[in-house]
Amino acid sequence: MSPGWPLWEVFVRARRGVSHVHFGSVHAADNETALQAARDLFTRRQEGKSIWVVRSTDVVASDPDDEGELFDPASGKDYRLPTDYRLPPEVDHM
Amino acid sequence: MLMTATPVRNTSLLTHVLRHGDRALVLAQRLGEWIAHSPELEEDMALANISLDLLGQARVLYTYAAEIEDLGHDEDHYAYWRDPEQFRNPLIVEQPNGDFAHTIARQFLHDVYAVAHWEAMRSSSDETLAALATRAAKETSFHLRHSRGWLVRLGDGTDESHRRMQAALDAMWPFTSELAALDDEAQLRAAGVVTDGGVRASFDVAVASAIAEATLTAPAPVMVATSSGGWNGAHSGYLTNLLDELQVLARTHPGASW
Amino acid sequence: MIRNQEQFDAVIKADQRIESDDWMPDDYRKTLIRQIAQHAHSEIIGMQPEGAWITRAPSLRRKSILTAKVQDEAGHGLYLYGATETLGPDRSELLDLLHTKKQKYSSIFNYPSPTWADVGAIGWLVDGAAIMNQVPLCRCSYGPYGRAMVRICKEESFHQRQGFQIMLTLAEGTNEQKAMAQEALNRWWWPSIMMFGPPDTESVHNARNMAWGIKRYTNDELRQTFIDASVPQAELLGLTVPDPDLVWNEERAHYDFGEPDWDEFTRMVRGEGEMPAERIRTRLEAHNEGAWVREAAEAYAAKQQRDAA
Repeated sequence: MSPGWPLWEVFVRARRGVSHVHFGSVHAADNETALQAARDLFTRRQEGKSIWVVRSTDVVASDPDDEGELFDPASGKDYRLPTDYRLPPEVDHM
Repeated sequence: MLMTATPVRNTSLLTHVLRHGDRALVLAQRLGEWIAHSPELEEDMALANISLDLLGQARVLYTYAAEIEDLGHDEDHYAYWRDPEQFRNPLIVEQPNGDFAHTIARQFLHDVYAVAHWEAMRSSSDETLAALATRAAKETSFHLRHSRGWLVRLGDGTDESHRRMQAALDAMWPFTSELAALDDEAQLRAAGVVTDGGVRASFDVAVASAIAEATLTAPAPVMVATSSGGWNGAHSGYLTNLLDELQVLARTHPGASW
Repeated sequence: MIRNQEQFDAVIKADQRIESDDWMPDDYRKTLIRQIAQHAHSEIIGMQPEGAWITRAPSLRRKSILTAKVQDEAGHGLYLYGATETLGPDRSELLDLLHTKKQKYSSIFNYPSPTWADVGAIGWLVDGAAIMNQVPLCRCSYGPYGRAMVRICKEESFHQRQGFQIMLTLAEGTNEQKAMAQEALNRWWWPSIMMFGPPDTESVHNARNMAWGIKRYTNDELRQTFIDASVPQAELLGLTVPDPDLVWNEERAHYDFGEPDWDEFTRMVRGEGEMPAERIRTRLEAHNEGAWVREAAEAYAAKQQRDAA
């Protein structure tokens, strides 16, 4: 039995000025037909102006087990935020 | 734009408009038969998309025909209340779906012609046709991308798909004789309404290149018919059966609204 | 981060979402795979009763509308197979389960669609009932399913509106058209009521699915809401709901209604009779006759990759 058409993740950019957003997935045998399938499935109501398709196997995902070491260290560093700085009112608009 | 011209020219314009409206409607109907039956769900989406685009083109053309005829008709009159001998589509679009390869062969050959036709018609002196051409050229380009893509994939896929694609191409080939500029549109051409010069030449080049890429064998050349069967109302039993199904419900309830 | 039952329970309790890379109980995963896949199967089998009318649609506008609607249903199937695939199985495995009847589709699609009015009734009542089931699913605890449902719900509204518009046009039309509409309502009313499933007293998985945030309202709650909404719609159409026990209950502020034929429901769910066989046969034919096409695309892609390497 044949392996079937591989899975592709689809990203669509709605319009100028916004970024591509993950919309879902399609099955297709190659790049070109994946793009066409994504266009037919996800943009019938003028949802987008640009499509990216990526083979699902090419997506590199962070390991959920690494969540602690990847993302927890970012907390407790409020000195990155403008609100951490008290200034005289006359210059507080900075 | 309605031509204030001699009755002969008006008849020609009406005929031209109906030829392309019928071409689009009959092909849309054939594609509608595939829905829920195609080889993959993504293909149901694609064929439905093509059918919807063609229906849209037919509706614009039939609405324009109604304006030209000025007898109080609407788009549905042309689709539901004419008999087969009044239809003016080329024979290729009324050919049955057959297997997927036959559908692709029919679609590919049609799309090459239609893209060339609509691209050329963007320069039409007729505002309605030129405006439609701008939209239809884009739609048909995407259809061609799909049908050419399948021609190549089936031709250069497996032994079975190659065999089927060759058989389908051979079966549809005779009907390419009609996909050319027609002599009886000379006056419309002179008036700049029909701007289809070069359509057949570009058709031949595009088809040859796709066939080669698909590793298929080009069938023997056909005599190009410059005045022809389907475009003039001479149809096969296939169109009768197709129209029977298309029209049955509307004709069972004359005068009803839907 | 969800790596165990305790963390999973906390996220569910906080009404937050489970995502595809989270740990989840086996039962939760299995239940979702079955529910989402069967929802997908329903969409694609559901293409058949209305798809059959595309070639006979009585106006070009209706033909376009119906083609777009059935195309949407294929699309919904695709969104839902995609959501199921985030839980592990491949689409081909899921289709296999449908083809071998190990997974089901909604038995509402085991009813025939003999007239154009059935297209209207299906849009108005079947899609109407589906919308009622589906809106709460947009808040389903499983992220990919909820997000697919949001997309589906946006598209589904036109489905119900076009169906109702068909019924309205028929009800205001010729005597034959009015009769066609009434007969279709007669055929589809009870099956639509039963789409919400058996009474709460007999529903096996209700409690657990509600605890997991997969189900938000009970079968009876949804059924009552649907009837309360649909009866005035039927009145607007000037059609008669085929339930002699239907009556407004002032005290409850809801409609009282008759007892559905749960035996028929069971027979339909079991897939007894000719129509279920035909639905699967049609699906299988498309799948089997399409095999050489799918294989050709794979073979071509493989050649291209070899040549590129």
